[in-house]
Amino acid sequence: MLSRTADHLYWMARYTERAENLARLLDVSYQMSLVPQSVAAQNENWRAILALNSLEAAFAEVYDEVNVDNVLRFMVADPANPSSIYTCLRAARENAHAVRGTLTAEMWESVNATWIELRQQTFEQIHSRGVSEFFDWVKLRSAVIRGVTFGTMLKDDSLHFIRLGGLLERGDNTARILDMQYHILRNGDEGASDFYRWGALLRSVSAFQVYRKVYRDAITPGRVAELLILRMDMPRSLHACADGIVHMLQLIANGASAETERQAGVLHARLHFARIDDVLTSGLHEYLTDFMDRIYDLGDGISRDFLVPA
Amino acid sequence: MSTQFYNEMYDAAGTLRPHYQAFAEWLAAMPPERLARKQVEADTAFHRVGITFAVYGEEAGTERLIPFDIIPRIIPAAEWTALQAGLWQRVKALNAFLNDIYHEQEILRAGRIPAEQVLNNAQFRSEMMGVDVPSGIYAHIAGVDIVRAGAGESYVLEDNLRVPSGVSYMIEDRKMMMRLFPELFSRHMIAPVQHYPDMLLENLRTVAPKGVTNPTVVLLTPGAYNSAYFEHTFLAQQMGIELVEGRDLFVKDETVFMRTTQGPQRVDVIYRRLDDDFLDPLVFNKESMLGVPGLLSAYRAGHVTLANAIGAGVADDKSIYPYVPEMIRFYLGEEPTLNNVPTWMLRKPDDLKYVLAHLSELVVKEVHGAGGYGMLVGPASTAAEIEDFRTRIIAAPEKYIAQPTLALSNCPTFVESGIAPRHLDLRPFVLSGKQIGMVPGGLTRVALREGSLVVNSSQGGGTKDTWVLEN
Repeated sequence: MLSRTADHLYWMARYTERAENLARLLDVSYQMSLVPQSVAAQNENWRAILALNSLEAAFAEVYDEVNVDNVLRFMVADPANPSSIYTCLRAARENAHAVRGTLTAEMWESVNATWIELRQQTFEQIHSRGVSEFFDWVKLRSAVIRGVTFGTMLKDDSLHFIRLGGLLERGDNTARILDMQYHILRNGDEGASDFYRWGALLRSVSAFQVYRKVYRDAITPGRVAELLILRMDMPRSLHACADGIVHMLQLIANGASAETERQAGVLHARLHFARIDDVLTSGLHEYLTDFMDRIYDLGDGISRDFLVPA
Repeated sequence: MSTQFYNEMYDAAGTLRPHYQAFAEWLAAMPPERLARKQVEADTAFHRVGITFAVYGEEAGTERLIPFDIIPRIIPAAEWTALQAGLWQRVKALNAFLNDIYHEQEILRAGRIPAEQVLNNAQFRSEMMGVDVPSGIYAHIAGVDIVRAGAGESYVLEDNLRVPSGVSYMIEDRKMMMRLFPELFSRHMIAPVQHYPDMLLENLRTVAPKGVTNPTVVLLTPGAYNSAYFEHTFLAQQMGIELVEGRDLFVKDETVFMRTTQGPQRVDVIYRRLDDDFLDPLVFNKESMLGVPGLLSAYRAGHVTLANAIGAGVADDKSIYPYVPEMIRFYLGEEPTLNNVPTWMLRKPDDLKYVLAHLSELVVKEVHGAGGYGMLVGPASTAAEIEDFRTRIIAAPEKYIAQPTLALSNCPTFVESGIAPRHLDLRPFVLSGKQIGMVPGGLTRVALREGSLVVNSSQGGGTKDTWVLEN
C-alpha cells in the first residue's frame, strides 16, 4: 500500500488511542483529587500531568495558576495545546479525512461524527455536565471507532498499520500513566487513602476487576506494577502491547525493516522474561523510562522503513 | 407554467410530456409532508457521509453540501440516442483536433482555424509537439455541458477536457433516489449509471503504455483541500486504485514509481485531477508542490499515460470553442448534430463593437474562466456591474467572448415555497480510449435561485438525478 496512506492510518490510530488514554489519565487524576488532601498537594498532582507531557511552558503562556479547572480546560478543550483531547481528536479526523477512501464508510463516519460532536461542545458545557461524563464519552467513542475498525475492515495492511499505531501509543501511554501515578503514590502519605488511589489507577486502565480476578488479594503497588507491565493477558499492559507490535511487524515486513523487527523482538523479550521483583529493585521509573525510549525508537524505525521512506 | 422557457415536464400548452406521465401520477399521490421529509432525509444523509465540496474564496477549508433536489430530470430514450450520437461525434473531432495540432497541424495549414488562435493560446503546450499518446487520445474524459433553449433544441455550452468533475454526484444522486423512492424505480425503466467507475477503469487500462499488459492505474489528486477531493476519494475507492498525491510519486530513469510500504512500485496510467500547470515543477509552474518532478520526461518517453493528456485544454478554451463545428467537418466529414451557441469573439473589432452596444442582453465570459467565476449575465446585472465589466472588456477585449443569453430550459424543483420551475443544464461524461463510450445520462445541475441562469455549485447551484428512460 501507499506509504502516505499507511502513515495517515497509523497516526489516525495513534491520535485516537492518545485521546482515549488522556481521558483515562485525567479521569483518574480527577478522581484522586477528590480524596481529602491539601490544596498544595492537589495542585502538585496537576502539575505532574503537565510535566508528563512537557507542557509546563505552553500552559504558563495562557494560564496564571496550576489548578484543577485550568489544567482540565487546557488538557480537554484547548485547541492551542498540541496534546489536548480536542487536538488529538481533530488530528485523528484530519488523518482519516486524508485517506477516507481507504476506510470503510462506517469507520469514516464514526471518526467524523466524533469530531463533529466534540466541536459542538464548549468547555463550560462539558464542565457543567461533569467532566467524568465527558471522559466516559471519549472512551466510548474510541471503543466505537475500534469496534467498527475490527468489525468492518479487510484484514490487510491497512488494518495492520492501524493496529500497529494503536499498540505503540497504548504501550507508551500505559507506561506514562503508571510512571506518574506510581511516583505520586510513593511520595504520598501512607494510609487508607492509598487504597482508593491505587483503585483509581487500576480503574483508569480498566484493570480494577481484572486485578481482583487475577490476584484475589489486597492491592499492593508491586502487584499493580506487575499487572500493568508484565501480564500478557492484560490488554493494556506493556507486555501485551509489545507482543502485538512484534506480530504486526511480522505481517508488514519489507526489505528494509529487519532492524526494526529486531528491536521490537528485544523489547518483547525484556518483558517476556522479566520478573517484577527485579524491575522494582532496579527502579520502576528507570525501567519505564527505558521502555518509553524504546517505543520512541521503534516509532522512528517504523516511519523510516514504511511510512516516510527516503 | 411559464411559457417563456422550455419546460422539461410540460409543453407550451401546459400538457404533461409523455415521459413524465408516470412520475407526475406518483408525485400527485404523494403528500407534501412526506416529500418534505424525504428532502430532509436526503440532506442529512449527504451530510453524514460527508459528500461536500470546498468553496474557494471563503474561509479556508469551508465545506458545503451541494443541494440535492428530489425531483428527477427525465430524458426519453430517443432524445438520448440523438444526444449521445452528437456527443460522440463532437468528442471524436476534439481528440482528432488535439492529435493534429500536436503533430501535422493540417487544420491550421488548411486555414480552417487561424493558427495564432491555437499556437498563441496559453493552453497550447509546445512540449507536446510530436509526442505520440496511446490510441491518439488526449481527452479520455470529457464533461460536455449541454443546455436546452428556445423550443427545446440542445446547445453545447462548453467542452470540459481538462479535469471535468461532478460524476460522483451523478452516482450519489442516483443512490439517494433509489434509497428515498425505491417505488419509482419499479415504475420506470431507468438506465443504470452506477457502473461508471468500472467503465472508467477499463477505459484507462486500454490506454496504458505499449507493452504493459496489467497496468497499475492511480488517481492523482491535489489533496484534501481541493474542491473536488470528495470525488477523487470516491472514484479511487470505486475503481479500487490508489489515490496518490504528487509527493507519493517519483520519477527514476524516465519511469514513474509510487512509494509503498513494500518499496517502489511502477505506475503506468495516471488519472490526474491536477491542472497541467502543476504537474511537473521542472517544466511548468516551478512553485508547484503538488506535482512530480520529471513527470513530463517520463510521459514524453511513453513510459506513463496521463489522462487527460497534457495540453488537452487548448481544445476546450472558449476562444477555440467557436471552431468546433469546423473541426467536425474537417476531421469527420460530417455535419455537426449538436448546436454551438453563437459566439462573438471580442478580439474582432466588429464583434467588440456589437457586444459593447448590447451588454445588457448578453452573457460575457472570460476566455480562460471556469466555474461561473468572472462572467457577466447582462439581463441579471445592475447598471453598475455592467459598466464595471465594460471597463474590463475595453482594457483587454481578447480575454472575453460573448454569447446571447439563452433561455435555458427549466424543470419543476422542490424549493422553499413548494414546487417551482428552475433552470438547469446537463453534463454527460464521454469516455474515450480504444473505444468511445458513456453511461446514459450525466449530472443535471439546477440553479436554485428563482430566475438564476447560473448552475455552478460554487454559485449556489444544486443537482438532480438524471433518468434516461429505456424503451
